[in-house]
Amino acid sequence: MVYTVALIGNPNVGKSVIFNNLVPGARQHVGNWPGKTVEKKEGRFHHKGVEFNLVDLPGCYSLTARAVDELIARDFIVEEKPDVVVDIVDASNIERNLYLTLLLLELEANVVIALNMYDIAEEKGYRIDVEKLSEQLGVPIVPTVAIRKQGMEELKDVILQTAERKVVRKTKITYSKEIEAAINSITQIIQKDERLTRKYPVRWLAIRLLEGDEEVLEKIKGSKCEGELTKAISTDLRERLGEDPEIVLAEARYSIISNLLRTTLVKGAKKWTMTDMLDKVFLHKALGIPVFLVLMWATFQFTFIVSAPFMSIIEAIIAWVGSLFEAIPNEILRSFFVDGIFGGLGFVMTFIAPIFFLFFALSILEDSGYLARAAFVMDRLMFKLGLHGKSFIPMLLGFGCNLPAIMATRTIEDEKDRLLTILINPLMSCSARLPVYVLVAGAFWGTTMYAGTAVWGMYILGIVLAILMALFFRRTLLKGKPAPFIMELPLYRVPTFHGTVIHMWERGVVFLKKAGTYLLGGAIILWFLSSFPWGSEQSYVYLLGNLLSPIFKPLGFGWELSASLIFAFMAKEIVVEALGLIYAVEGETAIKAALASSITPLSGLAFMSFVLIYIPCLATIGVIKQETGSWKWVFLTVLYELILAYVVALMIVVVGRMLGFS
Amino acid sequence: MKKKLSELEPGEKGVVIWISGNSTIRRRIMDMGITRGVKIHVIRRAPLGDPVEFEIRDYNLSLRKRDAENVYVEVEGAL
Repeated sequence: MVYTVALIGNPNVGKSVIFNNLVPGARQHVGNWPGKTVEKKEGRFHHKGVEFNLVDLPGCYSLTARAVDELIARDFIVEEKPDVVVDIVDASNIERNLYLTLLLLELEANVVIALNMYDIAEEKGYRIDVEKLSEQLGVPIVPTVAIRKQGMEELKDVILQTAERKVVRKTKITYSKEIEAAINSITQIIQKDERLTRKYPVRWLAIRLLEGDEEVLEKIKGSKCEGELTKAISTDLRERLGEDPEIVLAEARYSIISNLLRTTLVKGAKKWTMTDMLDKVFLHKALGIPVFLVLMWATFQFTFIVSAPFMSIIEAIIAWVGSLFEAIPNEILRSFFVDGIFGGLGFVMTFIAPIFFLFFALSILEDSGYLARAAFVMDRLMFKLGLHGKSFIPMLLGFGCNLPAIMATRTIEDEKDRLLTILINPLMSCSARLPVYVLVAGAFWGTTMYAGTAVWGMYILGIVLAILMALFFRRTLLKGKPAPFIMELPLYRVPTFHGTVIHMWERGVVFLKKAGTYLLGGAIILWFLSSFPWGSEQSYVYLLGNLLSPIFKPLGFGWELSASLIFAFMAKEIVVEALGLIYAVEGETAIKAALASSITPLSGLAFMSFVLIYIPCLATIGVIKQETGSWKWVFLTVLYELILAYVVALMIVVVGRMLGFS
Repeated sequence: MKKKLSELEPGEKGVVIWISGNSTIRRRIMDMGITRGVKIHVIRRAPLGDPVEFEIRDYNLSLRKRDAENVYVEVEGAL
């Protein structure tokens, strides 16, 4: 017998810390909710010889049908009927947190409350009468301080007791007489249909119908009492309540909470907190933005500079292991391992370093509470572009590497906002493109000011295109305004090293498992294309380059550049090596000379912009698939970028010629 | 004095008297604890002027002005 335990709570209540305390990292299973881009974590733990399957539900404030996260959480509780639902309540923000608790009780879930951050509540001057609150709500409450693992054993005890008791508590949160009368008349109708009563908690169904929940209205379709229900809801009841039941009920819940807390919570005198103090600086009118920029700069430096030596170390280790395979006598097999597997794998592995460092830095920003402030500071600017305040950090990170940047979009709750941020992210010129710019610009403009200007221009071009594409997608595919900005600014907390490392590890492993497989697969394909037919001078890449060169002719690229673009599919900086291979010359100077003699400077500029835009690298494609959960968005990204790259490169050539450049 | 929440200056306090807007936004605002009769205190505007930070039910919440326009308050007078 395995009991299912669901973990739920508002965002920022320490839910993932509790999850990690209950289920050690190694036993966690991370995936996506079926058909959704929302992450699903589960894992098993034992307590006193009983096994539990712990499912982490998305953090949410409410349980409406209007947000994906909320719907996932609600469906899980309604459909899967977990044995216990652990509701994590932030004790220092108990009033708003209990709102979700009431919704869970409406759902007739077998609730256990973990009253977390109990220490912070005490610091804030809160004194909570836990026993009395527990009695009045009719659910067990365990005070916890998850980051210090306090209260975890007690929590497990209570989960076990609650699971074994099996009886759903009949705690009824009663609303005003009018509302109860309305709920009653709907329950009476529902009770006529056994199919509904067997499947759903009747009272919950009645409340949701009263609130006009679209998804629940869908559920009663086809029921024999559908007609009677819709009539009852739409006419009599709304009139009797005099107002939209949704408003009446939300207010009723908060007034129940106020009444509960009147007798169970004593607030001390309001104190000047650390959070007030820090926000005076971080959100200051004049200092807010400079502080934000400095913190972002530090994150950037930390991620991409501190990780650089680790990248080299990993590369060296992979190369060394790969060299062991040099001894394989069969030359095709040897090349497969040395060039294909280890060449490709080595490449995946080097990404680990910046990803782990980035998520380490981001976890600190997130766990400390600053990430919400960053979104608050940048929102106005991002909103103008049809994006959300939370889109800014992923866009900025894109200049380092698009891959972790796209993974960082997970902090954006609204699906459209998130998809849009992912779609335009590859236009942020990542660091892998820089060597290509440097090579091409160096070939034509040497060390003159034009070279630097051309490279700088690529970054600007990327930003401008990202803005244009964001505006374009907002008006076409992802229509509508960005999600309303209704965001909590949580209290600042000192992140724990343990928590930060776990956070980093989770993200890193997801990358390794998923993007790794795509990248390795792609690397093998590219190895095949460039090595076969075996022993022939004219590999498939050469043939493809030739095949593609007519298309690139208007841009002034020969077959050499066309072929190098195929290589760059794996990683954009490979263009440099590929050109060396294709021109059959060695050293940067020689490549530059070859380049300068085979195309015009104008085509060089077009080539740079083409490399900037044309497609995300293989690893980024893997991560787009992973984060959006569908190939549709991958194809869309590739397609729009290919078209955009061609159009922009062509415009550079055409307009340049008109202006008399060559 | 009756005002929209978006019109309040930092430092001003008030009591929520009405929430308008389409039902999705209204519900989200109410789920966060902005309901009739609740006290709300404007803390500050973001450095670029928008969104705005409020204190409500003993925690801090931020809203864009365009979303805060849906909330009407009876102003209690500036601090």
